[in-house]
Amino acid sequence: MPQSAEKIIDHELLFRQPEYQDMLAKKKEFEFNHSDDKIKSIVEWTKTEDYKQKNFARDSLAVNPAKACQPLGAVFVANGFAKTLSFVHGSQGCVAYYRSHFSRHFKEPTSCVSSSMTEDAAVFGGLNNMVDGLANAYSLYKPDMIAVSTTCMAEVIGDDVDAFIKTSKQKGSIPEEFDVPFAHTPAFVGSHITGYDNALMGVLRHFWDGKAKTTEPLVRVPDESINFIGGFDGFVVGNMKEIRRIFDLFGVKVNILCDPSGNWNTPTDGEFRMYAGGTTKEEVIAGLHAKATIVFQEYCSEKTTKFIREHGQEVVVLNAPVGVAGTDKFLMEISRLTGKPIPAVLEKERGEVVDAMADSQAHLHGKRYALYGDPDQMLGYAAFLLELGAEPAHVLATNGGKEWEIKMQALFDSSPYGAGCKVYPKRDLWHLRSLLFTEPVDFMIGNTYGKFLERDTKTPLVRLVFPIFDRHHYHRYATWGYDGAMRVLVMLLDEFFEALDGNTMEIAKTDYSYDIIR
Amino acid sequence: MTATVEERKATNKALIDEVLKAYPEKMAKRRAKHLGTFEEGKPDCGVKSNIKSLPGVMTIRGCAYAGSKGVVWGPIKDMVHISHGPVGCGQYSWAARRNYYIGTTGIDTFVTMQFTSDFQEKDIVFGGDKKLDKIIDEIQELFPLNKGISIQSECPIGLIGDDIEAVSKKKSKEYVGKTIVPVRCEGFRGVSQSLGHHLANDAIRDWVFDKVDPNKHPEFVSTPYDVAIIGDYNIGGDAWSSRILLEEMGLRVISQWSGDGTIAEIENTPKAKLNVLHCYRSMNYISRHMEEKYGIPWVEYNFFGPTMIEKSLREIASHFDDAIKAKAEEVIAKYKPLMQAVVDKFKPRLEGKTVMLYIGGLRPRHVIGAYEDLGMIVVGTGYEFGHNDDYQRTTHYIKDATLIYDDVTGFEFEHFVDKIKPDLVGSGIKEKYVFQKMGVPFRQMHSWDYSGPYHGYDGFAIFARDMDMAISSPIWGLTKAPWKKAA
Repeated sequence: MPQSAEKIIDHELLFRQPEYQDMLAKKKEFEFNHSDDKIKSIVEWTKTEDYKQKNFARDSLAVNPAKACQPLGAVFVANGFAKTLSFVHGSQGCVAYYRSHFSRHFKEPTSCVSSSMTEDAAVFGGLNNMVDGLANAYSLYKPDMIAVSTTCMAEVIGDDVDAFIKTSKQKGSIPEEFDVPFAHTPAFVGSHITGYDNALMGVLRHFWDGKAKTTEPLVRVPDESINFIGGFDGFVVGNMKEIRRIFDLFGVKVNILCDPSGNWNTPTDGEFRMYAGGTTKEEVIAGLHAKATIVFQEYCSEKTTKFIREHGQEVVVLNAPVGVAGTDKFLMEISRLTGKPIPAVLEKERGEVVDAMADSQAHLHGKRYALYGDPDQMLGYAAFLLELGAEPAHVLATNGGKEWEIKMQALFDSSPYGAGCKVYPKRDLWHLRSLLFTEPVDFMIGNTYGKFLERDTKTPLVRLVFPIFDRHHYHRYATWGYDGAMRVLVMLLDEFFEALDGNTMEIAKTDYSYDIIR
Repeated sequence: MTATVEERKATNKALIDEVLKAYPEKMAKRRAKHLGTFEEGKPDCGVKSNIKSLPGVMTIRGCAYAGSKGVVWGPIKDMVHISHGPVGCGQYSWAARRNYYIGTTGIDTFVTMQFTSDFQEKDIVFGGDKKLDKIIDEIQELFPLNKGISIQSECPIGLIGDDIEAVSKKKSKEYVGKTIVPVRCEGFRGVSQSLGHHLANDAIRDWVFDKVDPNKHPEFVSTPYDVAIIGDYNIGGDAWSSRILLEEMGLRVISQWSGDGTIAEIENTPKAKLNVLHCYRSMNYISRHMEEKYGIPWVEYNFFGPTMIEKSLREIASHFDDAIKAKAEEVIAKYKPLMQAVVDKFKPRLEGKTVMLYIGGLRPRHVIGAYEDLGMIVVGTGYEFGHNDDYQRTTHYIKDATLIYDDVTGFEFEHFVDKIKPDLVGSGIKEKYVFQKMGVPFRQMHSWDYSGPYHGYDGFAIFARDMDMAISSPIWGLTKAPWKKAA
């Protein structure tokens, strides 16, 4: 009998017991699968250059893409404002998915409501759903603000969200003066980073430009504060802490426009806090008057950047800088904008991370990496790898476009370690699978889905990209700033050493290299 | 649990009144029909169900696509399931349901992959049929060992007037009778996952059963003991720890629907002598169809906890000859010592502990016996997408004064748990962290919280260990800082 009360075994071991192995072998009789030889030959074929060419020739099917849809980014944004309820207008299943997706990554609750549109709404439009939905959400969850975005259903039928919100107010669902910023976030345009952009601009436009023509637009009176816009970021809990610390050290007043790190980092102490932290309305308004804005991830905020520039502010656009030179640039921009010197504490931290890199660079030098994820983060990680003397051999972003491709190529061209590296916009993880067979690398940087590639190609995976479901608490640590660079460095090194140890463990065969000092 | 039944009924009523007060009046009336207390002797749980969720209330429900792709079709392992429409639906449901299987992924097996037509604006404007046509060609070229393709419609498909049925027929002809199944499971259809199950069942009827050549697998030879497992998605290996028992009692399992299942198994199911049905909600439709069309009887069973397993094994055996009945008794006897040892180990720590459940499918009732085997008491339960026939069946499991909440909202569930203070809540990922923050032990009862199997005798040992682990964890003693405790 495989199971016992003394030592209860889990699925991992249970099904390896002879009773189950026997059962599973016999089940094959009913499966009428292809012959083992046939399967094996196809396995081998998928590793070839021929397969790769056919794979790269496809133009309609996406297999294992590395992107999600717009409303996910909008829910991320809504979560970044104080006492704000995220309200997605459209089918309800979408909201169940966004909530699950974030909760699986952050291991935290994610509150969000849907207007639960069904077939009648498909025919007649979702006005009633908006009217009832806003009234219910307001009564039950007592938010200070409701941030509306849309699913593809509402977009296909062309619901006029602005008008619907106004009608809801007329019908008394919510008070006239209650803030309901909105954004159209069609899932069939762009990706989650586009949704981030649209939703964030929706909030700024609401407060800066006269609340959907219901009040006078605000007039900018420049002050000395700086805005910071982080972009869609799976490490937001750790990173926001680091960003605030950096601005504090400068002694600069920062308006972080969208900070979900509070909602996704509440204590277990007997109380569930549906709303925690987040950017306040006052901070959003203060944002208009800021001296300048730092957009940390260009491709997460293209429209927002333009919008802010149109309001007379300088906007500094970065590409999720990670590592020394990237962080240097970030800090020098703060210094330039504010006229304040780089704090000594940060300068010392810089020295510390350079020290750590000097200690360890020999292990990473010349190592080849495949990376995939959002376009800005790919630029940030690739730049750090180049600093370490490693090669970002394949860099892929399913949601990366032509401009990103050019920028990435320019980055490769800026370093001798970038020679021979390739950038792959609009490709997916099945393309990457081909690349990992035809042009293998030493390591891969990606998200949880990368583990399927690790299984198939044996390329060790470093989890530095959202979503991360199968490792816990990475999101609590920063990847930005010198502190973040240290963390990323350690993750790269850990994977390197684990892989080396794993490869040198065979007794009397390879374990001469199983060194205790490295 | 010292309160009397009458006291608990009064408490439940007060709790329901409290939560209803928070709604706008018109909405409170609608929600009131979904909340109630079970009265012993009544034929159902006294709540309305399978009705549209209120907008804006934070329903926990999903959609028809989730019911079809996520539940019914997704686990069929040797087919490619296209999430047809924008990228999100397929992305969020990618490999998220722990439908275990054996196979070479990407070669002859495709369960944990995300195939999508990744709709762009031009596909919405000009229609996606041509793209779908091309996608099927690309699948055939790059995944030549696939045994069939299903097209899982996302919201836009039905709104823009695409004719996926025509594309399916055309491509099936082109690929000499290949199984290509269009499913109209757009997320806005129906009120929950439930319609998606139904549509998925109907698609199997129309596009698999009605199209397949009955002699497709001439090597298949029937026996008098052929059964099919229907409605087990092999979450954490559930169908395997169930199959082993059916085989031990002398039956031959010819098909698994749909966890670790293949299209050949589905096609051969009309040859079964008996369909054994675990998840009634998601697969009663096809079971009824097979009964009507092929004369195959079906029997519901429950493989959670030794009491229900024993009952179910006898019930299943009753459809066969004495040899099978005798073997069923042997199986029951064989596992008795193991079950006794598990109960002896955990019951002392769990006796009298209270549980509140909120899940989908069959579990809001089916797992109750397993908790009771451990001496635990289920004081509240509800279904995400149950129908009245589920609530009728629930009466066989629950005790007088059990709190019932259909399509519960986040607000209600939080309030109920806060006031009732159960020792354990069993629900989903969206609920898990809410209750853990409140200091309430929690187990995910959709995914088994990444554990399992929970079905069968081997699974019950894991179930018992997990429930004990959740409740007895030292963490719950740390949620209040000592300086606050003293105050």
